Amino acid sequence: MTPVAGNQTAVPSGGRLSPRRRQRIGRGVQYGVLIVVVVVLAALADWGAIKQSFFNGEVAGQGMPTLFTVALRNTVIYTLTGYVMGFAVGLLLALMRQSSVAPYRWIAAGYVEIFRGLPALVIFLMIGSLPLAFPGFQVPGDVYGQAALGLGLVSAAYMAETFRAGLQAVPKGQMEAARSLGMPYLRAMVSIIIPQAIRIVIPPLTNELVLLFKDSSLVLFLGVTAGQVELAKFGNDQASTFANPTPILISGLTYLLITIPLGYVARRLEARQGAAR
Amino acid sequence: MSTVEIKNLHKSFGSLEVLKGIDFTVESGQVVCVIGPSGSGKSTLLRCVNLLEQPTSGQVVVDGVDLTDPDVDIDAARRRIGMVFQQFNLFPHLTVRRNVTIAQERVLKRGRGECDRVAQENLEKVGLLEKLDAYPGQLSGGQQQRVAIARALAMNPSLMLFDEPTSALDPELVGDVLAVMRTLAEDGMTMLVVTHEMGFAREVADRVVFMDQGVIVEDGPPEQVIADPQHERTREFLRRVLHPGV
Repeated sequence: MTPVAGNQTAVPSGGRLSPRRRQRIGRGVQYGVLIVVVVVLAALADWGAIKQSFFNGEVAGQGMPTLFTVALRNTVIYTLTGYVMGFAVGLLLALMRQSSVAPYRWIAAGYVEIFRGLPALVIFLMIGSLPLAFPGFQVPGDVYGQAALGLGLVSAAYMAETFRAGLQAVPKGQMEAARSLGMPYLRAMVSIIIPQAIRIVIPPLTNELVLLFKDSSLVLFLGVTAGQVELAKFGNDQASTFANPTPILISGLTYLLITIPLGYVARRLEARQGAAR
Repeated sequence: MSTVEIKNLHKSFGSLEVLKGIDFTVESGQVVCVIGPSGSGKSTLLRCVNLLEQPTSGQVVVDGVDLTDPDVDIDAARRRIGMVFQQFNLFPHLTVRRNVTIAQERVLKRGRGECDRVAQENLEKVGLLEKLDAYPGQLSGGQQQRVAIARALAMNPSLMLFDEPTSALDPELVGDVLAVMRTLAEDGMTMLVVTHEMGFAREVADRVVFMDQGVIVEDGPPEQVIADPQHERTREFLRRVLHPGV
Protein backbone atom coordinates (compact mmCIF):
# COMPACT_ATOMS: atom_id res chain seq x y z
CA MET A 1 0.00 0.00 0.00
CA THR A 2 1.33 3.46 -0.94
CA PRO A 3 1.21 6.13 1.71
CA VAL A 4 -0.01 8.89 -0.66
CA ALA A 5 -2.74 7.02 -2.54
CA GLY A 6 -4.97 10.07 -2.63
CA ASN A 7 -2.33 12.42 -4.09
CA GLN A 8 -1.12 10.59 -7.18
CA THR A 9 -0.94 13.49 -9.61
CA ALA A 10 1.86 15.28 -7.78
CA VAL A 11 4.02 12.16 -7.55
CA PRO A 12 6.73 11.74 -10.21
CA SER A 13 5.37 9.02 -12.40
CA GLY A 14 8.20 6.57 -12.82
CA GLY A 15 9.14 6.05 -16.46
CA ARG A 16 6.50 8.36 -18.03
CA LEU A 17 7.45 11.94 -18.90
CA SER A 18 5.84 14.81 -17.03
CA PRO A 19 3.97 17.38 -19.19
CA ARG A 20 6.64 19.98 -18.55
CA ARG A 21 9.43 17.67 -19.71
CA ARG A 22 7.46 16.75 -22.81
CA GLN A 23 6.98 20.44 -23.59
CA ARG A 24 10.72 21.06 -23.35
CA ILE A 25 11.50 18.22 -25.71
CA GLY A 26 8.86 19.49 -28.13
CA ARG A 27 10.52 22.90 -28.15
CA GLY A 28 13.91 21.31 -28.76
CA VAL A 29 12.56 19.46 -31.79
CA GLN A 30 11.14 22.68 -33.25
CA TYR A 31 14.50 24.45 -32.91
CA GLY A 32 16.15 21.45 -34.58
CA VAL A 33 13.82 21.55 -37.60
CA LEU A 34 14.37 25.28 -37.99
CA ILE A 35 18.16 24.93 -37.96
CA VAL A 36 18.07 22.08 -40.49
CA VAL A 37 15.89 24.07 -42.91
CA VAL A 38 18.12 27.16 -42.68
CA VAL A 39 21.32 25.13 -43.17
CA VAL A 40 19.89 23.25 -46.17
CA LEU A 41 18.64 26.45 -47.85
CA ALA A 42 22.00 28.16 -47.23
CA ALA A 43 23.89 25.21 -48.66
CA LEU A 44 21.70 24.97 -51.77
CA ALA A 45 21.71 28.69 -52.56
CA ASP A 46 24.24 30.14 -54.98
CA TRP A 47 25.42 33.09 -52.94
CA GLY A 48 27.44 34.63 -55.70
CA ALA A 49 24.46 34.61 -58.06
CA ILE A 50 22.20 36.01 -55.38
CA LYS A 51 24.53 38.93 -54.80
CA GLN A 52 24.89 39.47 -58.55
CA SER A 53 21.12 39.27 -59.29
CA PHE A 54 19.40 40.72 -56.28
CA PHE A 55 21.90 42.92 -54.52
CA ASN A 56 23.67 44.38 -57.49
CA GLY A 57 24.84 47.76 -56.31
CA GLU A 58 25.73 48.98 -59.76
CA VAL A 59 22.28 48.25 -61.17
CA ALA A 60 20.62 49.69 -58.07
CA GLY A 61 22.60 52.91 -58.53
CA GLN A 62 21.24 53.31 -62.05
CA GLY A 63 17.71 53.74 -60.67
CA MET A 64 18.67 56.64 -58.45
CA PRO A 65 17.29 59.15 -57.90
CA THR A 66 14.40 58.46 -60.29
CA LEU A 67 13.17 55.71 -57.96
CA PHE A 68 12.22 58.35 -55.42
CA THR A 69 11.71 61.48 -57.49
CA VAL A 70 9.42 59.84 -60.04
CA ALA A 71 8.32 56.31 -59.11
CA LEU A 72 7.69 56.72 -55.40
CA ARG A 73 6.27 60.17 -55.95
CA ASN A 74 3.76 58.85 -58.49
CA THR A 75 2.84 55.91 -56.27
CA VAL A 76 2.07 58.33 -53.46
CA ILE A 77 0.03 60.57 -55.79
CA TYR A 78 -2.00 57.65 -57.15
CA THR A 79 -2.61 56.33 -53.65
CA LEU A 80 -3.65 59.62 -52.08
CA THR A 81 -5.94 60.76 -54.90
CA GLY A 82 -7.54 57.31 -54.99
CA TYR A 83 -7.91 57.41 -51.22
CA VAL A 84 -9.58 60.82 -51.18
CA MET A 85 -12.03 59.67 -53.83
CA GLY A 86 -12.66 56.35 -52.05
CA PHE A 87 -13.20 58.21 -48.78
CA ALA A 88 -15.82 60.55 -50.25
CA VAL A 89 -17.66 57.90 -52.26
CA GLY A 90 -17.40 55.38 -49.41
CA LEU A 91 -18.93 57.81 -46.91
CA LEU A 92 -21.69 58.63 -49.38
CA LEU A 93 -22.42 54.92 -49.90
CA ALA A 94 -22.50 54.31 -46.16
CA LEU A 95 -25.03 57.13 -45.73
CA MET A 96 -27.06 55.81 -48.67
CA ARG A 97 -27.24 52.44 -46.93
CA GLN A 98 -29.03 54.15 -44.04
CA SER A 99 -31.38 56.06 -46.31
CA SER A 100 -35.12 55.75 -45.85
CA VAL A 101 -35.41 55.65 -49.65
CA ALA A 102 -35.11 51.95 -50.47
CA PRO A 103 -33.52 52.25 -53.95
CA TYR A 104 -30.61 54.20 -52.43
CA ARG A 105 -30.03 51.32 -50.02
CA TRP A 106 -30.17 48.81 -52.88
CA ILE A 107 -27.76 50.79 -55.06
CA ALA A 108 -25.27 51.16 -52.21
CA ALA A 109 -25.51 47.48 -51.23
CA GLY A 110 -25.17 46.40 -54.87
CA TYR A 111 -22.18 48.65 -55.40
CA VAL A 112 -20.38 47.24 -52.38
CA GLU A 113 -21.08 43.65 -53.41
CA ILE A 114 -19.92 44.18 -56.99
CA PHE A 115 -16.78 46.19 -56.34
CA ARG A 116 -15.65 44.02 -53.45
CA GLY A 117 -16.27 40.91 -55.53
CA LEU A 118 -14.32 42.03 -58.60
CA PRO A 119 -10.53 41.86 -58.81
CA ALA A 120 -9.20 45.41 -58.82
CA LEU A 121 -7.33 44.51 -62.00
CA VAL A 122 -10.57 43.94 -63.90
CA ILE A 123 -11.72 47.43 -62.97
CA PHE A 124 -8.47 48.94 -64.20
CA LEU A 125 -8.80 47.06 -67.48
CA MET A 126 -12.33 48.50 -67.91
CA ILE A 127 -11.54 52.11 -67.10
CA GLY A 128 -10.01 52.74 -70.50
CA SER A 129 -13.32 51.68 -72.07
CA LEU A 130 -15.43 54.25 -70.24
CA PRO A 131 -15.61 56.64 -73.23
CA LEU A 132 -17.51 53.92 -75.10
CA ALA A 133 -20.38 54.22 -72.62
CA PHE A 134 -20.34 58.02 -72.43
CA PRO A 135 -19.31 59.30 -75.87
CA GLY A 136 -17.07 62.32 -75.66
CA PHE A 137 -16.34 61.70 -72.01
CA GLN A 138 -12.71 61.80 -70.95
CA VAL A 139 -11.55 61.12 -67.42
CA PRO A 140 -9.94 64.44 -66.47
CA GLY A 141 -6.26 64.33 -65.59
CA ASP A 142 -5.34 61.57 -68.03
CA VAL A 143 -3.64 58.61 -66.28
CA TYR A 144 -3.69 60.44 -62.95
CA GLY A 145 -7.45 60.86 -63.19
CA GLN A 146 -7.98 57.29 -64.34
CA ALA A 147 -5.81 55.97 -61.51
CA ALA A 148 -7.70 58.02 -58.94
CA LEU A 149 -10.97 56.80 -60.39
CA GLY A 150 -9.93 53.14 -60.46
CA LEU A 151 -8.41 53.08 -57.00
CA GLY A 152 -11.24 55.25 -55.68
CA LEU A 153 -13.98 52.99 -57.05
CA VAL A 154 -12.37 49.91 -55.51
CA SER A 155 -11.52 51.38 -52.12
CA ALA A 156 -14.93 53.09 -51.87
CA ALA A 157 -16.58 49.68 -51.58
CA TYR A 158 -14.35 48.67 -48.67
CA MET A 159 -14.49 52.06 -47.00
CA ALA A 160 -18.30 52.08 -47.29
CA GLU A 161 -18.45 48.94 -45.17
CA THR A 162 -16.00 50.43 -42.67
CA PHE A 163 -17.98 53.67 -42.42
CA ARG A 164 -21.19 51.72 -42.04
CA ALA A 165 -19.73 49.84 -39.08
CA GLY A 166 -18.51 53.14 -37.63
CA LEU A 167 -21.88 54.84 -38.01
CA GLN A 168 -23.58 51.89 -36.38
CA ALA A 169 -21.11 51.98 -33.50
CA VAL A 170 -22.26 55.49 -32.51
CA PRO A 171 -24.94 54.97 -29.83
CA LYS A 172 -28.53 55.69 -30.88
CA GLY A 173 -28.86 58.16 -28.03
CA GLN A 174 -26.48 60.55 -29.81
CA MET A 175 -28.89 61.07 -32.68
CA GLU A 176 -31.80 61.35 -30.26
CA ALA A 177 -29.99 63.96 -28.17
CA ALA A 178 -29.12 65.98 -31.27
CA ARG A 179 -32.67 65.79 -32.63
CA SER A 180 -34.15 66.69 -29.25
CA LEU A 181 -32.11 69.91 -29.41
CA GLY A 182 -33.91 70.77 -32.63
CA MET A 183 -31.16 69.77 -35.05
CA PRO A 184 -32.45 68.56 -38.41
CA TYR A 185 -31.34 65.04 -39.40
CA LEU A 186 -28.60 66.19 -41.78
CA ARG A 187 -27.17 68.70 -39.32
CA ALA A 188 -27.09 66.03 -36.58
CA MET A 189 -25.32 63.66 -38.97
CA VAL A 190 -22.68 66.21 -39.95
CA SER A 191 -22.04 67.75 -36.51
CA ILE A 192 -22.60 64.83 -34.15
CA ILE A 193 -22.68 61.38 -35.75
CA ILE A 194 -20.11 61.48 -38.57
CA PRO A 195 -17.29 63.05 -36.49
CA GLN A 196 -17.68 60.26 -33.92
CA ALA A 197 -17.93 57.57 -36.60
CA ILE A 198 -14.75 58.78 -38.29
CA ARG A 199 -12.86 58.66 -35.01
CA ILE A 200 -13.95 55.05 -34.62
CA VAL A 201 -12.86 54.06 -38.12
CA ILE A 202 -9.47 55.83 -38.23
CA PRO A 203 -7.49 52.61 -37.52
CA PRO A 204 -9.23 50.47 -40.19
CA LEU A 205 -9.03 53.40 -42.62
CA THR A 206 -5.28 53.56 -42.05
CA ASN A 207 -5.09 49.88 -42.95
CA GLU A 208 -7.09 50.66 -46.08
CA LEU A 209 -4.45 53.24 -46.99
CA VAL A 210 -1.79 50.50 -46.76
CA LEU A 211 -3.83 48.22 -49.03
CA LEU A 212 -4.41 51.00 -51.51
CA PHE A 213 -0.72 51.86 -51.54
CA LYS A 214 -0.01 48.32 -52.74
CA ASP A 215 -2.94 48.29 -55.17
CA SER A 216 -1.57 51.43 -56.82
CA SER A 217 0.80 49.06 -58.66
CA LEU A 218 -2.19 48.19 -60.87
CA VAL A 219 -1.87 51.61 -62.52
CA LEU A 220 0.68 50.02 -64.84
CA PHE A 221 -2.23 48.42 -66.71
CA LEU A 222 -3.50 51.87 -67.70
CA GLY A 223 -0.48 52.24 -69.96
CA VAL A 224 1.76 54.89 -68.47
CA THR A 225 4.54 57.04 -69.86
CA ALA A 226 7.99 57.28 -68.28
CA GLY A 227 6.91 60.33 -66.29
CA GLN A 228 3.82 58.56 -64.92
CA VAL A 229 5.55 55.37 -63.88
CA GLU A 230 5.04 54.06 -60.34
CA LEU A 231 7.19 51.79 -58.20
CA ALA A 232 6.25 48.34 -59.48
CA LYS A 233 6.46 49.21 -63.16
CA PHE A 234 9.61 51.22 -62.58
CA GLY A 235 11.30 48.23 -60.97
CA ASN A 236 10.11 45.89 -63.70
CA ASP A 237 11.24 48.21 -66.52
CA GLN A 238 14.67 48.69 -64.97
CA ALA A 239 14.99 44.95 -64.47
CA SER A 240 14.39 44.37 -68.17
CA THR A 241 16.77 47.15 -69.17
CA PHE A 242 19.64 45.75 -67.15
CA ALA A 243 18.56 42.09 -67.38
CA ASN A 244 18.90 41.97 -63.61
CA PRO A 245 16.11 41.61 -60.96
CA THR A 246 17.77 43.90 -58.39
CA PRO A 247 15.47 46.88 -59.24
CA ILE A 248 12.40 44.77 -58.45
CA LEU A 249 13.81 44.00 -55.03
CA ILE A 250 14.58 47.70 -54.53
CA SER A 251 11.01 48.60 -55.50
CA GLY A 252 9.73 46.03 -53.03
CA LEU A 253 11.86 47.50 -50.25
CA THR A 254 10.56 50.97 -51.10
CA TYR A 255 6.97 49.74 -50.64
CA LEU A 256 7.94 48.32 -47.26
CA LEU A 257 9.50 51.67 -46.35
CA ILE A 258 5.96 53.08 -46.39
CA THR A 259 3.71 50.12 -45.57
CA ILE A 260 5.50 48.89 -42.43
CA PRO A 261 5.52 52.24 -40.59
CA LEU A 262 1.94 52.90 -41.72
CA GLY A 263 0.84 49.49 -40.47
CA TYR A 264 2.60 50.23 -37.20
CA VAL A 265 0.71 53.53 -36.89
CA ALA A 266 -2.58 51.71 -37.56
CA ARG A 267 -1.88 49.18 -34.82
CA ARG A 268 -0.93 51.95 -32.40
CA LEU A 269 -4.16 53.82 -33.13
CA GLU A 270 -6.11 50.62 -32.66
CA ALA A 271 -4.46 49.93 -29.32
CA ARG A 272 -5.06 53.48 -28.16
CA GLN A 273 -8.72 53.28 -29.11
CA GLY A 274 -9.03 49.93 -27.37
CA ALA A 275 -7.62 51.46 -24.20
CA ALA A 276 -9.94 54.47 -24.39
CA ARG A 277 -13.04 52.29 -24.44
CA MET B 1 -53.17 77.74 -21.41
CA SER B 2 -51.89 74.29 -20.91
CA THR B 3 -48.39 73.59 -22.07
CA VAL B 4 -48.85 69.91 -22.89
CA GLU B 5 -52.12 68.35 -23.93
CA ILE B 6 -52.22 64.69 -24.86
CA LYS B 7 -55.38 63.28 -26.36
CA ASN B 8 -56.15 59.59 -26.84
CA LEU B 9 -52.52 58.72 -27.52
CA HIS B 10 -51.81 55.23 -28.82
CA LYS B 11 -48.39 53.79 -29.61
CA SER B 12 -47.63 50.30 -30.89
CA PHE B 13 -44.33 48.65 -31.70
CA GLY B 14 -45.36 46.04 -34.24
CA SER B 15 -48.10 44.02 -32.58
CA LEU B 16 -47.12 45.22 -29.11
CA GLU B 17 -49.37 48.02 -27.91
CA VAL B 18 -47.35 50.07 -25.43
CA LEU B 19 -49.69 53.04 -24.98
CA LYS B 20 -53.40 52.28 -24.96
CA GLY B 21 -55.12 55.63 -25.08
CA ILE B 22 -53.46 58.24 -22.89
CA ASP B 23 -55.18 61.50 -21.98
CA PHE B 24 -53.57 64.08 -19.79
CA THR B 25 -52.35 67.63 -19.59
CA VAL B 26 -49.49 69.50 -18.01
CA GLU B 27 -50.29 73.09 -17.12
CA SER B 28 -47.74 75.84 -17.60
CA GLY B 29 -45.32 75.89 -14.64
CA GLN B 30 -46.45 72.52 -13.34
CA VAL B 31 -44.11 69.67 -12.41
CA VAL B 32 -45.64 66.30 -13.25
CA CYS B 33 -43.92 63.08 -12.25
CA VAL B 34 -44.78 59.87 -14.06
CA ILE B 35 -44.21 56.72 -12.04
CA GLY B 36 -44.91 53.08 -12.72
CA PRO B 37 -43.32 49.66 -13.15
CA SER B 38 -40.84 49.10 -15.97
CA GLY B 39 -42.60 48.28 -19.20
CA SER B 40 -45.61 50.36 -18.23
CA GLY B 41 -45.01 52.73 -21.17
CA LYS B 42 -43.96 55.80 -19.20
CA SER B 43 -40.73 56.39 -21.14
CA THR B 44 -42.53 55.85 -24.43
CA LEU B 45 -45.12 58.41 -23.38
CA LEU B 46 -42.38 60.92 -22.63
CA ARG B 47 -40.65 60.24 -25.95
CA CYS B 48 -43.94 60.81 -27.75
CA VAL B 49 -44.12 64.34 -26.32
CA ASN B 50 -41.20 65.52 -28.51
CA LEU B 51 -41.94 62.93 -31.18
CA LEU B 52 -38.74 60.93 -30.70
CA GLU B 53 -41.36 58.21 -30.99
CA GLN B 54 -44.00 58.74 -33.63
CA PRO B 55 -47.42 58.14 -32.04
CA THR B 56 -49.56 55.51 -33.77
CA SER B 57 -52.64 57.66 -33.23
CA GLY B 58 -53.84 60.52 -31.07
CA GLN B 59 -52.69 64.08 -30.56
CA VAL B 60 -49.75 65.67 -28.80
CA VAL B 61 -50.28 69.41 -28.42
CA VAL B 62 -47.39 71.45 -26.99
CA ASP B 63 -47.82 75.20 -26.57
CA GLY B 64 -50.89 75.05 -28.76
CA VAL B 65 -49.16 73.29 -31.65
CA ASP B 66 -50.28 69.77 -32.60
CA LEU B 67 -46.97 67.99 -33.16
CA THR B 68 -48.63 65.02 -34.85
CA ASP B 69 -49.69 67.30 -37.72
CA PRO B 70 -47.33 66.41 -40.62
CA ASP B 71 -47.18 70.07 -41.64
CA VAL B 72 -45.62 71.10 -38.34
CA ASP B 73 -41.87 71.85 -38.37
CA ILE B 74 -40.85 69.31 -35.74
CA ASP B 75 -37.31 70.68 -35.47
CA ALA B 76 -38.67 74.11 -34.58
CA ALA B 77 -41.04 72.56 -32.04
CA ARG B 78 -38.25 70.52 -30.42
CA ARG B 79 -36.20 73.66 -29.80
CA ARG B 80 -38.80 74.63 -27.22
CA ILE B 81 -38.79 71.18 -25.58
CA GLY B 82 -35.67 70.28 -23.62
CA MET B 83 -34.96 66.62 -23.01
CA VAL B 84 -32.72 64.89 -20.49
CA PHE B 85 -31.95 61.21 -21.02
CA GLN B 86 -31.23 58.35 -18.67
CA GLN B 87 -27.85 57.79 -20.36
CA PHE B 88 -27.02 61.56 -20.48
CA ASN B 89 -26.14 61.34 -24.18
CA LEU B 90 -23.60 64.12 -24.05
CA PHE B 91 -21.57 64.43 -27.24
CA PRO B 92 -18.32 62.71 -26.20
CA HIS B 93 -16.19 64.25 -28.96
CA LEU B 94 -16.99 67.80 -27.85
CA THR B 95 -16.01 69.79 -24.75
CA VAL B 96 -18.62 70.72 -22.19
CA ARG B 97 -18.66 74.24 -23.61
CA ARG B 98 -19.22 72.95 -27.14
CA ASN B 99 -21.90 70.53 -25.95
CA VAL B 100 -23.84 73.47 -24.60
CA THR B 101 -23.14 75.88 -27.48
CA ILE B 102 -23.39 73.72 -30.61
CA ALA B 103 -27.17 73.66 -30.89
CA GLN B 104 -27.46 77.34 -29.95
CA GLU B 105 -25.04 78.18 -32.74
CA ARG B 106 -26.24 75.77 -35.41
CA VAL B 107 -29.97 75.74 -34.66
CA LEU B 108 -30.77 79.09 -33.06
CA LYS B 109 -28.04 80.91 -35.08
CA ARG B 110 -26.88 82.81 -32.04
CA GLY B 111 -23.56 84.64 -32.25
CA ARG B 112 -20.46 83.20 -30.64
CA GLY B 113 -20.41 85.62 -27.76
CA GLU B 114 -24.02 85.04 -26.88
CA CYS B 115 -23.64 81.24 -27.13
CA ASP B 116 -20.75 81.42 -24.69
CA ARG B 117 -22.57 83.71 -22.31
CA VAL B 118 -25.66 81.45 -22.27
CA ALA B 119 -23.48 78.38 -21.80
CA GLN B 120 -21.70 79.90 -18.83
CA GLU B 121 -24.94 81.10 -17.32
CA ASN B 122 -26.50 77.62 -17.48
CA LEU B 123 -23.38 75.75 -16.41
CA GLU B 124 -23.25 78.04 -13.39
CA LYS B 125 -26.86 77.15 -12.68
CA VAL B 126 -25.94 73.45 -12.50
CA GLY B 127 -22.73 74.23 -10.57
CA LEU B 128 -20.23 73.13 -13.22
CA LEU B 129 -18.82 76.37 -14.59
CA GLU B 130 -15.28 75.15 -13.83
CA LYS B 131 -15.77 72.15 -16.18
CA LEU B 132 -16.23 74.36 -19.23
CA ASP B 133 -13.26 72.92 -21.09
CA ALA B 134 -13.47 69.32 -19.86
CA TYR B 135 -14.65 66.46 -22.06
CA PRO B 136 -17.68 64.42 -20.96
CA GLY B 137 -15.47 61.37 -20.41
CA GLN B 138 -13.62 63.27 -17.68
CA LEU B 139 -16.78 63.89 -15.67
CA SER B 140 -18.68 61.71 -13.23
CA GLY B 141 -22.13 60.48 -14.21
CA GLY B 142 -23.79 63.06 -12.00
CA GLN B 143 -21.75 65.87 -13.53
CA GLN B 144 -22.51 64.62 -17.04
CA GLN B 145 -26.20 64.64 -16.30
CA ARG B 146 -26.02 68.20 -14.96
CA VAL B 147 -24.20 69.28 -18.12
CA ALA B 148 -26.97 67.57 -20.11
CA ILE B 149 -29.51 69.66 -18.19
CA ALA B 150 -27.52 72.83 -18.93
CA ARG B 151 -27.34 71.85 -22.59
CA ALA B 152 -31.12 71.55 -22.77
CA LEU B 153 -31.69 74.77 -20.83
CA ALA B 154 -29.43 76.72 -23.17
CA MET B 155 -32.14 76.46 -25.81
CA ASN B 156 -34.56 78.40 -23.54
CA PRO B 157 -37.18 75.64 -23.58
CA SER B 158 -40.70 76.21 -22.33
CA LEU B 159 -40.92 72.57 -21.28
CA MET B 160 -38.38 70.10 -19.94
CA LEU B 161 -38.70 66.34 -20.30
CA PHE B 162 -36.72 64.07 -17.97
CA ASP B 163 -36.47 60.37 -18.82
CA GLU B 164 -35.33 58.61 -15.63
CA PRO B 165 -32.55 61.18 -15.18
CA THR B 166 -31.03 59.52 -12.11
CA SER B 167 -31.50 55.83 -12.92
CA ALA B 168 -28.01 55.37 -14.39
CA LEU B 169 -26.26 57.16 -11.52
CA ASP B 170 -24.40 55.83 -8.51
CA PRO B 171 -26.56 56.47 -5.44
CA GLU B 172 -24.26 59.13 -3.99
CA LEU B 173 -24.49 61.19 -7.20
CA VAL B 174 -28.29 61.24 -7.40
CA GLY B 175 -28.69 64.09 -4.91
CA ASP B 176 -26.80 66.70 -6.96
CA VAL B 177 -28.93 66.06 -10.03
CA LEU B 178 -32.19 66.12 -8.07
CA ALA B 179 -31.10 69.38 -6.42
CA VAL B 180 -30.65 71.00 -9.83
CA MET B 181 -34.06 69.74 -10.92
CA ARG B 182 -35.63 71.05 -7.73
CA THR B 183 -34.19 74.53 -8.34
CA LEU B 184 -35.50 74.39 -11.85
CA ALA B 185 -38.96 73.53 -10.58
CA GLU B 186 -38.85 76.39 -8.07
CA ASP B 187 -37.93 78.76 -10.90
CA GLY B 188 -41.25 77.86 -12.52
CA MET B 189 -40.10 75.54 -15.33
CA THR B 190 -42.76 73.25 -16.73
CA MET B 191 -41.44 69.74 -16.19
CA LEU B 192 -42.54 66.25 -17.10
CA VAL B 193 -40.41 63.75 -15.21
CA VAL B 194 -40.34 59.96 -15.53
CA THR B 195 -38.72 58.81 -12.32
CA HIS B 196 -38.36 56.18 -9.64
CA GLU B 197 -37.39 58.79 -7.05
CA MET B 198 -40.47 58.76 -4.85
CA GLY B 199 -39.00 61.34 -2.47
CA PHE B 200 -38.54 63.79 -5.32
CA ALA B 201 -42.03 63.08 -6.67
CA ARG B 202 -43.61 63.60 -3.26
CA GLU B 203 -41.80 66.83 -2.47
CA VAL B 204 -41.46 68.57 -5.83
CA ALA B 205 -44.28 67.33 -8.06
CA ASP B 206 -47.54 69.22 -8.38
CA ARG B 207 -49.08 66.06 -9.77
CA VAL B 208 -48.09 62.41 -9.87
CA VAL B 209 -49.27 60.12 -12.65
CA PHE B 210 -49.17 56.37 -12.08
CA MET B 211 -49.02 54.28 -15.24
CA ASP B 212 -49.34 50.54 -15.65
CA GLN B 213 -49.63 48.41 -18.78
CA GLY B 214 -50.03 51.33 -21.14
CA VAL B 215 -52.76 53.22 -19.34
CA ILE B 216 -52.90 55.92 -16.68
CA VAL B 217 -54.24 54.29 -13.55
CA GLU B 218 -54.12 57.24 -11.22
CA ASP B 219 -53.48 60.95 -11.65
CA GLY B 220 -53.50 63.45 -8.83
CA PRO B 221 -51.51 65.43 -6.26
CA PRO B 222 -48.67 63.47 -4.63
CA GLU B 223 -50.32 63.50 -1.24
CA GLN B 224 -53.09 61.48 -2.84
CA VAL B 225 -51.32 59.22 -5.37
CA ILE B 226 -48.31 58.42 -3.22
CA ALA B 227 -49.64 58.83 0.31
CA ASP B 228 -53.19 57.62 -0.20
CA PRO B 229 -53.50 55.68 -3.47
CA GLN B 230 -57.02 54.77 -4.53
CA HIS B 231 -56.20 51.81 -6.77
CA GLU B 232 -54.89 48.42 -5.77
CA ARG B 233 -52.29 48.44 -8.58
CA THR B 234 -50.88 51.75 -7.33
CA ARG B 235 -50.75 50.46 -3.76
CA GLU B 236 -49.04 47.26 -4.88
CA PHE B 237 -46.42 49.20 -6.88
CA LEU B 238 -45.71 51.67 -4.09
CA ARG B 239 -45.37 48.87 -1.57
CA ARG B 240 -42.64 47.31 -3.71
CA VAL B 241 -40.86 50.60 -4.39
CA LEU B 242 -41.02 52.10 -0.93
CA HIS B 243 -40.29 48.92 1.00
CA PRO B 244 -38.14 46.73 -1.23
CA GLY B 245 -37.33 43.39 0.30
CA VAL B 246 -40.34 43.36 2.62
